[in-house]
Amino acid sequence: MLEAYLDNSATTCVHPQVVQAMVAAMQENYGNPSSGHRRGQAAEQAVKKARGQVAQVLQVNPEEIYFTSGGTESNNWALRGITQARARQGRHLITTKVEHPSVLDVFRLLEEQGFTVTYIPVDKYGFVDLDALEASLTPETILVSTMYVNNEVGAIMPLLEISRLLKQKAPQAAWHVDAVQGFSKLQLEPHKLGIDLVSLSAHKIQGPKGSGALFARHDLHLPPLILGGGQEDGQRSGTENVPGIVGLGLAASIMWERRETAISHMAQLKERLRQRVLTEIPDTLANGPQDKGGAPYILNMSFAGVKGEVLLRALGDKGIYVSTGSACSSHHAHGSHVLKAMGLSQPMLDGALRFSFSPDNTLSEIDYVVDCLKEIVPKLRRIIAGR
Amino acid sequence: MEHLILVRYGEVGLKGKNRRYFENKLMRRMEQALKGLPLRGIHRTYGRLYVTMDGEVEEALHRLSHVFGLVAASPAQSAALDLEEIKVAAVQNMQRAAAEGYTTFKVETRRPNKAFPIKSPEVNREVGAEILRQVPNLTVDVHSPEVTLRIEVREERAYIYWQELSGPGGLPLGVSGRSVLLLSGGIDSPVAGWMAMSRGLEIVPVYFHSFPFTSDRAQEKVIDLCRVLARYSGMIKLYVIPFTKIQTALREGGPEELQTIFIRRMMMRLAGGVAEKERAEALITGESLGQVASQTVSGLAATEAVVDLPVLRPLIGLDKQEIIKRAKELGTYDISIRPYDDCCTVFVPRHPEIHPNREAVAKKEAGLVTPELLEQAIAEAETLLITSD
Repeated sequence: MLEAYLDNSATTCVHPQVVQAMVAAMQENYGNPSSGHRRGQAAEQAVKKARGQVAQVLQVNPEEIYFTSGGTESNNWALRGITQARARQGRHLITTKVEHPSVLDVFRLLEEQGFTVTYIPVDKYGFVDLDALEASLTPETILVSTMYVNNEVGAIMPLLEISRLLKQKAPQAAWHVDAVQGFSKLQLEPHKLGIDLVSLSAHKIQGPKGSGALFARHDLHLPPLILGGGQEDGQRSGTENVPGIVGLGLAASIMWERRETAISHMAQLKERLRQRVLTEIPDTLANGPQDKGGAPYILNMSFAGVKGEVLLRALGDKGIYVSTGSACSSHHAHGSHVLKAMGLSQPMLDGALRFSFSPDNTLSEIDYVVDCLKEIVPKLRRIIAGR
Repeated sequence: MEHLILVRYGEVGLKGKNRRYFENKLMRRMEQALKGLPLRGIHRTYGRLYVTMDGEVEEALHRLSHVFGLVAASPAQSAALDLEEIKVAAVQNMQRAAAEGYTTFKVETRRPNKAFPIKSPEVNREVGAEILRQVPNLTVDVHSPEVTLRIEVREERAYIYWQELSGPGGLPLGVSGRSVLLLSGGIDSPVAGWMAMSRGLEIVPVYFHSFPFTSDRAQEKVIDLCRVLARYSGMIKLYVIPFTKIQTALREGGPEELQTIFIRRMMMRLAGGVAEKERAEALITGESLGQVASQTVSGLAATEAVVDLPVLRPLIGLDKQEIIKRAKELGTYDISIRPYDDCCTVFVPRHPEIHPNREAVAKKEAGLVTPELLEQAIAEAETLLITSD
């Protein structure tokens, strides 16, 4: 049976070179970086190299990169840490309605703790409403958190414009960017834009799960979330996940090296799938940015009259792996908060699927997917509609 | 060393002439439950069973606590019919209790063997006094003791015990025959299955799989539910019946408001087919009255009209809160509430028929699903043998 794994925004297949490097880090370079002996020093060197690789992609100092257990920890640490440090300077926080749950749930907790949070709406394409953002910035605002690439529809947020607004209207506010879906695939230079905190993750870029990092500007004074042995300059205790860190560093540099060809290839895949579905299957809709401002590796489409999860399973039977919304939100029964914020109608909300690509997907896989969709969708529609 | 477990059973003892049969069945179920453990034998005297083991008493007690028909099991010690011997055993028992931190006790003697010359109150006094002399830090509390040391003076020996693990009670599995359980992934049907089992019915669960409308994870859920039920029954044979084709035929031909009734009728027929194969004599469902629109009396009537077997509904008198409480005690609740199936509400009609007329339903259903399609579903059913986790 043919297979097409189109759920790369949920997670990716680890790059063979990354696997190799990680195996070496487990079997040969297995020392504890804190140990005083040679094995410890060798492990420390490996961590240092990975830190450099990540810093290189973001064009920041290696000392500004802290390794974590992934995007969720990075988001939790950044948001909880900075609000704790700046609680006396103000009580107002800003984020968007389409953030990942690991951001939104922290803001809900902060609200319970007495902070006021403004949730900025998005337009029908999923872009953050800049006017609303501008209007909500005040001298009381201590933190703004906006994602880089939306995980469900691929909207690339206008960070340059956000940067200008923040400099003008709330220069005192710390700015956090959840870049889990953009890191190393799209350019992001925090220092140029004045971003203070950036979350990123390894397993979205063909690295391992359980490994990520937080960029924190050198003069930010972010208090640590996890205390203990004082690793990562005292900022993130716990023995370093050396294989995971090595995997993150290498995956980032491999993706960064190949990004130009990878991006144009994935853009081609996305466009082919989008065009063929829209023209060959009636009552379909491409959600999110239409021609520009969309990540070339995320495509969200609605199939009216079909439940997304039913279509997902029927495709799974054909060896095609996709998701409804984000993988995380499939733990919840209700529809996607992102598509709701974009104002999708209920039938389009119910019938939404996300296809997300890796550089290793092929055009013939895309054609296979379209063929299967053309066979399955009408059949399901007929059954679900009934007589 | 020989270990003794004293087993009490309730209803089994009350069944008049059938008592032997019930006891034999219970003993067989106990033997099955203890399989793989160093069991020496199970013996009976009036109203009690005695299990003798060469060890692994803890595990044996745990397993016995899941055997239907069994009311309680106690690790016990036996003594010759002699007050001094009884005292020695009693002291040993209470030393263990004291070591576990208990401080108050009383002695309670029963004396079915009237040939034993000392009456129960006197045994209580004598043994209690001996315990107070021999075991430090214990006091007597006749009203609310932490430990009740029980002495049973029987025909050949006396039995002494103070710990008790309660069993599920009810009737031994199989004494009431065999039935097919319509098992969904929901909260109700596993509880219904357990209640049927507790009345002596062996169950053969059937699950209807409508891929892609229900997920494989929903099927995993049903398997996990069977694992819980298997703690009480030993191995369970689960039928997974492919239902998509039948459901598709119903959707394409039948009116919207009767879909739920049609689906239930098809499930009944298929369960009836499995019952025939398995020589089962009844169907069990998790239905209770009025919970959802199809569970009105006329809805149930229209549903069960398609089978000749009695359809038993153990939950009929329970409200949802009571069912949830039982599911939590049984350990199925957390499995049942996994979300995989609930997000798929594809086939719930917007305006279901609440009072379907049996004849009208039959008429509208005629010809939608051929008998061959039903036979095919049973023929293609997958059977899974499931043991407890």
